[in-house]
Amino acid sequence: MERFHWLQHRCRQLLAGNSGQGWYSVPDGLSNKSSLDNHNSQHRFRGKRRMVLACHGPHQQEFQAVSKNYKGNAIRTTKYNLLTFIPMNLFQQFHRAANLYFLFLALLNWVPVVEAFQKEITMIPLLVVLTVIAVKDALEDYRRYLFDKKVNNSVVRVFCGTQKTYIDQCWMDVRVGDFVRLSCNEIIPADMLLLYSSDPRGVCYIETANLDGETNLKQREVVSGLPFQGVEFTPESFHSRIECENPKNDLSRFRGYIEHSSGVRVGLHSSNLLLRSCTIRNTETVIGIVVYAGHETKAMMNNSGPRYKRSKLEKRLNTDVLWCVFLLLIMCLSAAIGHGLWLKNHSDPVFQVDGEMSPALAGFYVFWTMIIVLQVLIPISLYVSIEIVKLGQIYFIHNDLALYNEQLDSRIQCRALNITEDLGQIQYLFSDKTGTLTENKMVFRRCSIFGVEYPHEENARRLEVYEADSNEAAGCSVTLKSGCSGKSLSCRSLSCNRSSVSLHTLTAEPAEEEDQLSTHVQPRSSAFCSRMTKEVVPDPQLVRKFNLLCSPVVHLTECCSENPSSLELTYITDFFLALAICNSVVVSSPSRPPHEVPEIQTPLKSLEEIKLMFQRFSFSPFSALSSHSIPPPIKGSPHSCASRLFTRGKTGSLTFSTPPNDTTDRSDIGQESKLETTNHKGELDSSAVREREDAVQMEDWETDDNFRDAKTNPDMAVQAVENLNREIASDGDTHHELLYEAESPDEAALVHAAQAYRCTLRGRSADSLLVDLPGLGSLAVPLLHILPFDSNRKRMSVVVRHPLTGQVVVYTKGADSVIMDLAETPKGEEQALDMYSHIREQTQKHLDTYAREGLRTLCIAKKGLDEKEYDVWLKGQLLAESSIENREELLLESAERLETNLTLLGATGIVDRLQEEVPETIETLQRAGIKVWVLTGDKQETAINIAYACKLLHASDQLLTANCGSKDACAALLEELKLEVQCGEGSLTDLTARVESSLVSVTGFILVIDGQTLNWALQEELKSNFLELTCRCKAVICCRSTPLQKSQVVQLIRDQLGVMTLAVGDGANDVSMIQVADVGIGISGQEGMQAVMSSDFAISRFKHLSKLLLVHGHWCYSRLANMILYFIYKNVMYVNLLFWYQFFCGFSGSVMTNSWVLIFFNLLFTSIPPLIYGILDQDIPADTLMELPELYQAAHTSKVYVPNMFWITVVDAFYQSLVCFFVPYFAFAGSDVGELSFGSPINASALLIILLHQVIESKTLTWIHVLVLLLSGGFYFGFVLLFSVICVTCSPPTNPLGVETLQMCQPLFYIVCALTIVTALLPRLLFRALHNTLYSSAVWKSAQMDKMDSEEYCRKMQCCTLSRSRGNRVPVCADNAGLEPSMAEVVS
Amino acid sequence: MVKQEQELDNRPDNTAFTQQRLPAWQPMLSAGIIIPGFVLIGLAFIGIGVALFVTSRSIQVLEIDYTGVAQDSPCFKCSDPNAKNCMCTMEFSIDSLFQGPVFFYYGLTNYFQNYRRYGVSKDANQLSGDLEYFTNPSDDCAPYVYDNNKPIVPCGSVANSMFNDTFKLFQIVNGARKQVPLDGKGIAWWTDYNVKYRNPNVTPLRNAFNGTVKPVFWSRPAYELDPTDPANNGFINQDFLVWMRRAALPNFRKLYRRITEGDFAEGLPAGNYSLEIAYNYPVLSFDGEKKVVFSNVSWMGGKNEFLGIAYLVIGSLCVVMSIVMLIVYAKFKFPEED
Repeated sequence: MERFHWLQHRCRQLLAGNSGQGWYSVPDGLSNKSSLDNHNSQHRFRGKRRMVLACHGPHQQEFQAVSKNYKGNAIRTTKYNLLTFIPMNLFQQFHRAANLYFLFLALLNWVPVVEAFQKEITMIPLLVVLTVIAVKDALEDYRRYLFDKKVNNSVVRVFCGTQKTYIDQCWMDVRVGDFVRLSCNEIIPADMLLLYSSDPRGVCYIETANLDGETNLKQREVVSGLPFQGVEFTPESFHSRIECENPKNDLSRFRGYIEHSSGVRVGLHSSNLLLRSCTIRNTETVIGIVVYAGHETKAMMNNSGPRYKRSKLEKRLNTDVLWCVFLLLIMCLSAAIGHGLWLKNHSDPVFQVDGEMSPALAGFYVFWTMIIVLQVLIPISLYVSIEIVKLGQIYFIHNDLALYNEQLDSRIQCRALNITEDLGQIQYLFSDKTGTLTENKMVFRRCSIFGVEYPHEENARRLEVYEADSNEAAGCSVTLKSGCSGKSLSCRSLSCNRSSVSLHTLTAEPAEEEDQLSTHVQPRSSAFCSRMTKEVVPDPQLVRKFNLLCSPVVHLTECCSENPSSLELTYITDFFLALAICNSVVVSSPSRPPHEVPEIQTPLKSLEEIKLMFQRFSFSPFSALSSHSIPPPIKGSPHSCASRLFTRGKTGSLTFSTPPNDTTDRSDIGQESKLETTNHKGELDSSAVREREDAVQMEDWETDDNFRDAKTNPDMAVQAVENLNREIASDGDTHHELLYEAESPDEAALVHAAQAYRCTLRGRSADSLLVDLPGLGSLAVPLLHILPFDSNRKRMSVVVRHPLTGQVVVYTKGADSVIMDLAETPKGEEQALDMYSHIREQTQKHLDTYAREGLRTLCIAKKGLDEKEYDVWLKGQLLAESSIENREELLLESAERLETNLTLLGATGIVDRLQEEVPETIETLQRAGIKVWVLTGDKQETAINIAYACKLLHASDQLLTANCGSKDACAALLEELKLEVQCGEGSLTDLTARVESSLVSVTGFILVIDGQTLNWALQEELKSNFLELTCRCKAVICCRSTPLQKSQVVQLIRDQLGVMTLAVGDGANDVSMIQVADVGIGISGQEGMQAVMSSDFAISRFKHLSKLLLVHGHWCYSRLANMILYFIYKNVMYVNLLFWYQFFCGFSGSVMTNSWVLIFFNLLFTSIPPLIYGILDQDIPADTLMELPELYQAAHTSKVYVPNMFWITVVDAFYQSLVCFFVPYFAFAGSDVGELSFGSPINASALLIILLHQVIESKTLTWIHVLVLLLSGGFYFGFVLLFSVICVTCSPPTNPLGVETLQMCQPLFYIVCALTIVTALLPRLLFRALHNTLYSSAVWKSAQMDKMDSEEYCRKMQCCTLSRSRGNRVPVCADNAGLEPSMAEVVS
Repeated sequence: MVKQEQELDNRPDNTAFTQQRLPAWQPMLSAGIIIPGFVLIGLAFIGIGVALFVTSRSIQVLEIDYTGVAQDSPCFKCSDPNAKNCMCTMEFSIDSLFQGPVFFYYGLTNYFQNYRRYGVSKDANQLSGDLEYFTNPSDDCAPYVYDNNKPIVPCGSVANSMFNDTFKLFQIVNGARKQVPLDGKGIAWWTDYNVKYRNPNVTPLRNAFNGTVKPVFWSRPAYELDPTDPANNGFINQDFLVWMRRAALPNFRKLYRRITEGDFAEGLPAGNYSLEIAYNYPVLSFDGEKKVVFSNVSWMGGKNEFLGIAYLVIGSLCVVMSIVMLIVYAKFKFPEED
């Protein structure tokens, strides 16, 4: 059986050959060799180490000695060269079981005693297969050769020791120890250690899309401790020794150290390594030293073969093939025995050739002869046919317009070519939530700051409209598209062979791909920048509050008084500042290269400098726009005021004298504040506001004419928002739009949200961030540290020096559960304590609300550090950073040390909208009998909410929640829930039986289980209980589940219930689930390509699933199943003709047909129709399948390809062959018919029967079918006629000269053929007719009836209303059917 | 518009083919199609069946077994394997005119000319007149390649086992034997006679056979098969050609002569006949039988009752089926349509 797998695998490879997959796959021989080399070098070079020195340095001699075993950078992915092609290709090909079978038959035929045909004839199938595959291999290899050549000859700048400069060199000439200099958007030619980056922070960004498909940028750091840090790198001065591990294929792991000339050793890790075939981004120049080259690079070592999955159908097929083998053996054995007996009875007649041979021996020989004669019975060619059929099916799936996403311009990608029919058998669907059911376009929806909720109603309204529906979509799809095409381009280029398994590239022009290689991929526009994300409509109230920051006068008093309102203002400002800077977003603007954006790079140390900075920046474009809010005369004051705000309550070293010019503006601001209070009663401390009412006046606002006009307007707040919007819009016009490249979509959403409040992240440099604050212009925020996000901490932090206070501040952003725990109540006065706890309470309440609404929640917190604290922490952090051993743990520890005692600022609710048509799709899938499970890492409330939204949960469903803390509790709970379900089911049936119209009847049970409980439930003891429970539930929602749990759940269901499972997901956390499931579907969305890379099919929208499964799955399954049955039928039917003849020729292995015709019958005459049948047949039209999802279920409950169908087919084949043989037999019995003349009508009618059988079995016949059938028939008759004319002495002993021509001139031939065909097909025809009349699918029929009924109903209603209108217009309720007769009477 | 199309370069073609919307005939073989179809097929088959049956009935066949197994058979004496050049005479009578042209067959039963190793045993090149293969016959001919180290021509088992009984037919008119002229020309296939089998281009023919020996079983060499007609010798001897076209089934007959000439052109008149048999061919070793068959032929070949009956049966089966279907259809389909 393994052989068959191998064969299929190989076939698939070959069939997909032109797709360019495996371009980079290292041939077995090579990889073996290299591993061998590794092994050797391990001994030679200090165990598992490799030493790298500069090629051109003083250690040149030494290094050359060491490095002679290192591979060059030239790659060779071809399998063959001109000389070795034929022997190696043959060797490869004879690894295939089918070829071995053919070879065995051919060799068997060379044994004189068992020879059945001429020697050359049995070699035809072998030769045909070998030639076809050899040609394919050759073409494939030639393409690889061309590609290698192209890659090897790509040019890169390499440091030349003699010329002391960087010169252009081909990739293949790059050696280990060379210094390579790369620019932005160049592809890295080999694995190199990053020694220099033009980025002052010593980082560079790479895109690894070619490697793993992820399009987000990854940061790489220059090796630390280099003497020339910060200055232009000079290779001559590099004298360090590098020691690193030997080449390994682990992409994320790299270990080693660099020993500088000073003797200092610095650890190296994977963030220092630039990997081959990645692309440099956002960095102008980088220089690195090559450590691994060519086939030793991680990219090259990571080329695993294509995905291979076996479909359920194939597994069944294999058993049936075994049955065929069994059948063949029986037939051969009976022939052998028969021959032995016959020979015993005819020991020495005149026709006996060799009377001396013992009957037993002769029987033995005949056994082998018969194997040659009946070889067709084993449908080896079926495997090839199946592959071709699947290719055709894939072609149609790939080309389906309904699976095409116009916004992204992306089609479905079919990555696994051999499980199309499994799509038609799915019983369980496991879906991820985020990005799968939802769009994963994180959009800022609402927020809560300082315990005050800002509902952002406008924003909500905006989100209700789907982008796709509006005409604006065209505009936004440009950015989307470019981002996406960048993605797909990079997938195709270079070593991304795994992605190019898809038919994408099968259809792609090779030239196109080459172009992509030569001209580097254009800089992409940013990821996660949909229009939806960007255009956040600010909340009017928040805008107004925030604007207070811009109105300098306000604060003047407020700064002094410690009133909560100003405290709130600081919260708000801090909140937005945190949104803007607490991330790893890279800013770029289309007009300027991304890395040039930040202009200020020196950290600001004192507020004096800030002042200066502000003055400088007041002439920046931004100031022009914001000038109305910062009038020139008092330019200095607002900043200082704002700074005061932030220094409040702290005993910071910075104190500022505030100019007290605040006396006149109080009434205005008072008015506004009143408005505020009337609008929002729930606000904190209304007394404080009232106090402020008196104290604050606002003269400055009068500079803004619009605003002053609007002052009396009750909708002033709205006006303010509009103003703001206008400003933002004009801002966008004058400035080039900023593009944010974020690692995750929520980050981008938050930055955009901050931008909407004019708190704009303008740029990022090594150690500072440039942020616009409303009214304050651009501020440089000195960036001290970034503690990146990790899934353990579930948060990220930035440590900055506050731009206004100069204090060291930690901003933390993270999951609410974590942050709420960390946000301790700060020490302080009683009142403050109360307030904080109030804020926490309120925020928690808001968070709960958000979660109920299905929003993603994030908490924002901050922490101020005094210099001493910071110093202490800094030491620990630096220690952690510089350590080599368990660096990760130390860093984690350090981060956790910092992120304590946080002050909660607020929370954000990010909405992730459902994708279009998700509820409909889920409903359809459920109607199709597929159980839908949602596995998500989200909170329970969010998960349930989404489940409601996507109609997985109905109001009438009963929710069973399982949350428990221990295993025993879980066991008990499961029992309890089981009981509950049982009771529920009982009552359900009772209820429905008694009162059908009961409104409160429970229609189903939905289990909601959280991660921890799931953990218990998945354990051995509780498994069965859990399964039993889930089987009774309509749907299951697993929340807070880890990727591992997801895959465990899928595995449990798949293995324990033995059902066909499908997993669909979009993120890296779904990969394991996708791989475990029988069919893995990746959604190419926002979260990189990892899910897509590991999937079998990649779609862009969840809604595509319904057509993919209901139509394509159904078709593929029924097509393939029918094709296989037909194929087996065809072989059994034809082979049996030969077998029956053995009864009349002494079981001697004679055939009544010319041997060429015999071989070609299967190979040529009847090979195409089954393929067409398997590719094009449609048992039920697509529309019907979509309208009636129940048909999907019906198809896999009444399976097409089940054992008894196989046997029915075989029995039918036996019957037909009996008829096909014995009708001519009786027609010719006793006559003077010659051997071949007897075979002629048998062959002809067998062919026609086989073709007509297909016509009967086909559900649809198109002109293609007709053409192929006619051509097949015509080809046969043409061939035999021609052959019987020209073949004078050929193919003894079955020389066909004159046979067919003579036969076809006689009416008897046609009489016999007609009788044979009709008799043979009569049962099948009858069965089909009866079947179609009586047993046509019950669902189908009922649906037809439904349709009829509704149509009829409509018709009747129409009649009714018509008649009524014609009649005396009695107002009658049209719905009341009871009135109909009376109406009719009235009319008549 | 053009721009938009360029942007959507991944968009699949919206053709009937790629979208699987090709206009298709759906042979949902429902009763509506099947019933009239069956009736038509049934009627046609019954028609053909009647024609075949009638034709078959009109064909006259006369079989005479002359194996001589039975003691009372005139050929009993010849059935002894040791008897050489044995002659026997079978008497038979015909009641009414045997319509001409009458075909004269010899028949063998239990004779496996389709035995694979037997069928292989010949040399097609030699038989096509290639002199090279006269001296070096193909190994296929084993075990009849060489006899006493001399190549056998024609080699092989098929040729070796050629049927060598000969027949003379006499009509007994008033006690006198009147020989019925037998036409031995044109009994083999035209292609065999003119294309496939060729004598070497050597005159006289016997020179071509120098250094070769006749098949072991033969009494005369190939070039002397028909002393009466020089053109009927060698590999293009009609009897040889008929023999070489191997029978498909173990019970077969082969055309020996046709009776087309003289007084018998109209057929064999009623009366007594005597068949003189030169009994040479041994069949008792494999329980075979030998017979002569007189038959006339029609457009459908020889007499065959089977085809006519089969057509009638299948035809009426079709009609019956259509009636059954009609009942089923009426029972299950009509109520729904109401």
